[in-house]
Amino acid sequence: MTVQELPGAGASHRSTPPPAWRPRTDAAPLLPDPEPYRVLGTPAAEKLDPELMRRCYAELVRGRRYNAQATALTKQGRLAVYPSTVGQEACEIAAALVLEEQDWLFPSYRDTLAAVARGLDPVQALTLLRGDWHTGYDPREHRIAPLSTPLATQLPHAVGLAHAARLRGDDVVALALVGDGGTSEGDFHEALNFAAVWQAPVVFLVQNNGFAISVPLAKQTAAPTLAHKAVGYGMPGRLVDGNDIAAVHEVLSEAVRRARAGGGPTLIEAVTYRIEAHTNADDATRYRGDAEVEAWKAHDPVQLLERELTARGMLDEAGIQEAKDAAEVMAATLRERMNAEPVLDPMDLFENVYAEQTGRLREQAEMLRAELDAEEQS
Amino acid sequence: MTTVAVKPATMAQALGRAMRDAMAQDPTVHVMGEDVGTLGGVFRITDGLAKEFGEDRCTDTPLAEAGILGAAVGMAMYGLRPVVEMQFDAFAYPAFEQLISHVAKMRNRTRGAMPLPITIRVPYGGGIGGVEHHSDSSEAYYVATPGLHVVTPATVEDAYGLLRASIASDDPVVFLEPKRLYWSKAQWNPETPAAVPGIGKALVRRTGTSATLITYGPSLPVCLEAAEAAREEGWDLEVVDLRSLVPFDEDTVVASVRRTGRAVVVHEANGFGGPGAELVARIQEKCFHHLEAPVLRVTGFDIPYPPPMLEKHHLPGVDRILDTVARLQWEN
Ligand SMILES: Cc1ncc(C[n+]2csc(CCOP(=O)(O)OP(=O)(O)O)c2C)c(N)n1
Repeated sequence: MTVQELPGAGASHRSTPPPAWRPRTDAAPLLPDPEPYRVLGTPAAEKLDPELMRRCYAELVRGRRYNAQATALTKQGRLAVYPSTVGQEACEIAAALVLEEQDWLFPSYRDTLAAVARGLDPVQALTLLRGDWHTGYDPREHRIAPLSTPLATQLPHAVGLAHAARLRGDDVVALALVGDGGTSEGDFHEALNFAAVWQAPVVFLVQNNGFAISVPLAKQTAAPTLAHKAVGYGMPGRLVDGNDIAAVHEVLSEAVRRARAGGGPTLIEAVTYRIEAHTNADDATRYRGDAEVEAWKAHDPVQLLERELTARGMLDEAGIQEAKDAAEVMAATLRERMNAEPVLDPMDLFENVYAEQTGRLREQAEMLRAELDAEEQS
Repeated sequence: MTTVAVKPATMAQALGRAMRDAMAQDPTVHVMGEDVGTLGGVFRITDGLAKEFGEDRCTDTPLAEAGILGAAVGMAMYGLRPVVEMQFDAFAYPAFEQLISHVAKMRNRTRGAMPLPITIRVPYGGGIGGVEHHSDSSEAYYVATPGLHVVTPATVEDAYGLLRASIASDDPVVFLEPKRLYWSKAQWNPETPAAVPGIGKALVRRTGTSATLITYGPSLPVCLEAAEAAREEGWDLEVVDLRSLVPFDEDTVVASVRRTGRAVVVHEANGFGGPGAELVARIQEKCFHHLEAPVLRVTGFDIPYPPPMLEKHHLPGVDRILDTVARLQWEN
């Protein structure tokens, strides 16, 4: 037998294609445009809706004032900590504004402002940071999930909720917020993968504010942009200027609309900057220079919109003053309410661990009760 | 009255039947996990559910434990009752972040506004010759986490009854399935599930007067066998099956130990920091004056789970239990 006669000889290994393996060939439309999408200061601004933009402006001014007031409250010891969103207000507010009443917001620990912009009582929104209770509101009533401290863990919840709503035939979209650092967590990956496989009506908004505490984006990821990560999951990725509220609002609205229509999830990266330190416990001068901060201050979300609207005659001095006055009223009320000592009942410690208290907890509750009684008598 | 046929059934069948009946009764019950749909799970516990209820109710998820449990949290937030299957004990660990930070705490952190009725089924324990990472007894991690119920059946009836109770519970339940008992059979009447008590109740499986063996899950049959063998040595052992580790039925345990005056706790999990340590502490607090001897433990060694060819030396067996019982002949 010659070599040629051997079974299989001469057959090129290329001549038999592998059994049906088809890569998805429609990846191109999923790719983000590498230039962040902008509206303000571009010709696209001509189509701005004056009504919506004036609302955005008022909310931005209020949001900036809210950040200032909350930061002041940490200095007065009224809040244990406050992760500021100065510089990021456009993302926080657009996230709240694009949602319908029945939709859900899944905030991270930094996103108090988004919850407040969605209509949550600011004092209820601040209990986590004040320290009187972890979640001061009923998430179902407001359709705002508890502010999540473990990074990215809220993302799979958003997917599950959106999936459940769709199974039940309800028109509900979930919008989940996460930071740039959070995108490195396993839960980020698992959530995006689940969302895409299930075609769940979810929108993921990454607020890329440049740093995870002190670690810059370049040490966080080697991806071209965070929005590029979407392609690997089979969902569209969008890159947007996170300080341009008109752009963020538009991109988010489009993603929410798509999700609502059964088009599945979207990953949006909003490029923004955290002007203040991570929290009051952080020293930002250790990891970044003043020049960088100043450059970003020149690209301020409130100023960007104010300039555009005044130039287009959509906003005048009176309108600006009105927004400022409303913000002052909000701040004064918040200050006053936060200055009242919260009334706490230590016996609440044993409530809501389980639907029914266990014998163990009853025993421990009795011990504390006795300690409290003894304290009162002395 | 019509008599219902009592048929032999395995624990695996009873578990599957419990999910089926719960799904039929309550449209919010959803089963999800790796391979639970078409395949019916690697142990076939969910066999037939996808066919009967559709893939939306019995879902093959992507391979990601944190994702599975995290998605279940969101589903429960929206009013569903997810029943999650973790394929093997050691593969539940990627989901611990979700379990501990969210599942266990959601009711508490929302002050009761948002309970999470999630059942997490975890096949656990050794004795089936599984390779590494397929035989862990991870109950100590779960019982150390406030906010979770932890239950484990040891009989076919309990497999059904406890799983129905877990799915019906408004609190998250870690449902530990002793995988080496999956194929154990019993005469079982599925029409009388109410015959077994629910979560939080221990049962005296054998009455006795000389000492109490306290155990649960895979070690129950071993303890019953040991109790039979002990008769020859003149010991009349009582055997208590905990059934529920959290909450733990202290009354039943304390009453038994006070009656017999001697106790041995038996479990497969490592001894150090294991559930037995907690039980012994409680018994000595509550039964000190009734005790005729120190409370002893028979547990797995404090080692990573051994390779299958050595596991028989690690797992508490009849002889080790009897040797320990002999040490209860305490003399000051
Ligand atoms: C799982 C987890 N690991 C670590 C931390 C501690 N931590 C809190 S905030 C933070 C940085 C987060 O950065 P990023 O995701 O970019 O969000 P940003 O703070 O910029 O909003 C870290 C490491 C945490 N909260 N959760």
